[in-house]
Amino acid sequence: MAKDLMPKSWKEFPDGIHVEVKDQPQGFDYITAGWRTFRPEVNLDKCVHCMICWLVCPDNAVVVEDGKMTGFFYDHCKGCGVCANECPVKAIEMVPEVK
Amino acid sequence: MIENILEIRWHGRAGQGVKTASYLLAEAAMDLGKYIQAFPEYGPERMGAPMAAYTRISDEKILIHSGVENPDIIVVIDPTLVGTIDILKGVDLEKGIVIINSAMEPAVFREKLPGFKGKLATVDATGIALDTIGRPIPNVPMLGALIKVTNLLPLESVEEKLKHKFSEKFTEKIVEGNLKALERGYQEVRIDG
Amino acid sequence: MGKKIAMETNQLAAFAMAQIDPDVVAAYPITPSTEVVQEFSKYVANGEVTTEFVPVESEHSAISACLGAATAGARVMTATASQGLALMNEILHIASSARAPISVVVASRALSGPINIHGDHMDISSIRDAGWIIMVAEDAQEAYDNIIQSIPIAERAKFPIITSYDGFITSHAVEVAEVLEKEEVQKFIGPKKPDYSVFDEKLTIGVLALQDSYIEFKRKQAADYDKVIDIVKEVGKEYGDLTGRYYDTVEKYMTDDAEVIMVAMGSTAGTAKVVVDQMRAEGHKVGLLKIRLFRPVPKDDIIGVLRTADAVMIMDRAYTYGGVGGPLFEEISAAMNDLPCRPYMANYIYGLGGRDIKPSHIRQVFEDGLKAVKGCGFDQQIKWITVRE
Ligand code: SF4
Ligand code: SF4
Repeated sequence: MAKDLMPKSWKEFPDGIHVEVKDQPQGFDYITAGWRTFRPEVNLDKCVHCMICWLVCPDNAVVVEDGKMTGFFYDHCKGCGVCANECPVKAIEMVPEVK
Repeated sequence: MIENILEIRWHGRAGQGVKTASYLLAEAAMDLGKYIQAFPEYGPERMGAPMAAYTRISDEKILIHSGVENPDIIVVIDPTLVGTIDILKGVDLEKGIVIINSAMEPAVFREKLPGFKGKLATVDATGIALDTIGRPIPNVPMLGALIKVTNLLPLESVEEKLKHKFSEKFTEKIVEGNLKALERGYQEVRIDG
Repeated sequence: MGKKIAMETNQLAAFAMAQIDPDVVAAYPITPSTEVVQEFSKYVANGEVTTEFVPVESEHSAISACLGAATAGARVMTATASQGLALMNEILHIASSARAPISVVVASRALSGPINIHGDHMDISSIRDAGWIIMVAEDAQEAYDNIIQSIPIAERAKFPIITSYDGFITSHAVEVAEVLEKEEVQKFIGPKKPDYSVFDEKLTIGVLALQDSYIEFKRKQAADYDKVIDIVKEVGKEYGDLTGRYYDTVEKYMTDDAEVIMVAMGSTAGTAKVVVDQMRAEGHKVGLLKIRLFRPVPKDDIIGVLRTADAVMIMDRAYTYGGVGGPLFEEISAAMNDLPCRPYMANYIYGLGGRDIKPSHIRQVFEDGLKAVKGCGFDQQIKWITVRE
């Protein structure tokens, strides 16, 4: 469980509708994965690191290190399956969350 | 007539330079340190539709922003409007001044404007415009006539303004033609009363 | 002393915008504000400004592009009126919540229908709850001055701002105005300092906030919006130090000892000053309170002036269907409830669709007020004038 980031008073709310999350990189204190039914799993033997999944993921949930696709941030992947659908070599498979 | 403000109403048709004349006079007056206001009366816009424009000139800042009700001076750029619309509306019949674009003598219009006892002047502004600019746009000679009849400003200050304003838009030839038109309007106006 | 120039107020507004030299202008033309955009695009074409000019296909797109650019940290302006402002409505609310300091010039115009292109305050009144700062100018000079001031006001307050002047009556009139040099304007407004960078990966822009947090966002926005009043005063003072023309949220004209005070906004205020002078010369104690800041309502400033009057005549060039009266009347009579003993208050709806308001009309309103002072009262508290009865 991430910690509760909600300020205690309205006075601490931001000026506007942009929110900065300071503690972790990329605003990753939010866990938005609660509603997932299927999760993507990558077969790195098949992956050609074309970055299409990284580009299309609406939740910035594809992990890339040194120009290589390495997997997913499962705290943020909502299981939409766009990456699996778009992967040109079918390296991503959507598997049921609860086995 | 409002205290300390001179008010002029310009009558014409859209496309005759009514607005330009009202602005030009105002801006020339501003250059002499006066406060001014100039605004057209907008209705449905189309070439040839009757329209009016107004100029206010004062030595003090002009605060009033309502329409002109009792103009001191009427300039009729299109003579076909006499009799079509009430060009004397709100005018003081004793002290008002009316200047009409026409080749005819002022006396002819005296008859058409019964009851009007103020100064009446005519000038063949369309004829002058055709001679000098080559186009029937009578606004500038009318301005020249207005200056002669009223002595509002020195003719030179209007010349200055016209040269400056028109040079931004038109060729030297057209500017020259307009300056001549202004001068001839000033010289050729016939004043009655 | 700045130099004096005479041009149509719309051109003057474009001139002011060119002196501000915003980063982005996205606009769609609409009468009677068309010339603002048209003239400004000439400055762009002539390379006299550095602005990225974005011509769009509707006002909704114009304000959306403005909001996008402002979100990215740009200084942004546009111009509109009437139905154009109405079409922007959806985005206006988002812009104020996003605290985007966009500056919009409005040549106030009637809302259709019937179709009418002339000046009244229905457009700005219809969006008064959108969380924007709304300022209304009396004449060309104030229109220019307000546009220049709109930048520091909006950027300090972090709220978008509308500076309006009356359609046609002011927008299409040539008047004398004293203007600053571009360098002076640049120095006055200073460089735009973005509050954040869109490239900050820790930032989420345009958040979703549901039952658990929406109301806190609104509470914060409401509290900050109230601070606008002091910022308007502060900038008005600084502008006065620069130009000699000082501005406040309201302008008092012969109100100190007035028995009857008229409240008016826009060009009517100028005409009312002429009538006040005339009636003062006749010995009547009348005065005028001009509202310059329409939103947020400068409540304390208004009460401070009106509390000593016997009768207050509120002039609305707009109407709220089924409301208690016109928009100014509603706000001011609500504000006056704080007083233990309030003056007699009457509301006059006038000048819709550009109907001329003449000195004689204004005099009649003052005379109604003087009658009330003498205890004769009125037949009606809300009256329509300048209308065929
Ligand atoms: S789209 Fe497929 S091949 Fe391309 S990087 Fe993602 S997983 Fe690898
Ligand atoms: S399933 Fe959807 S959210 Fe999850 S990584 Fe793929 S594209 Fe992103």
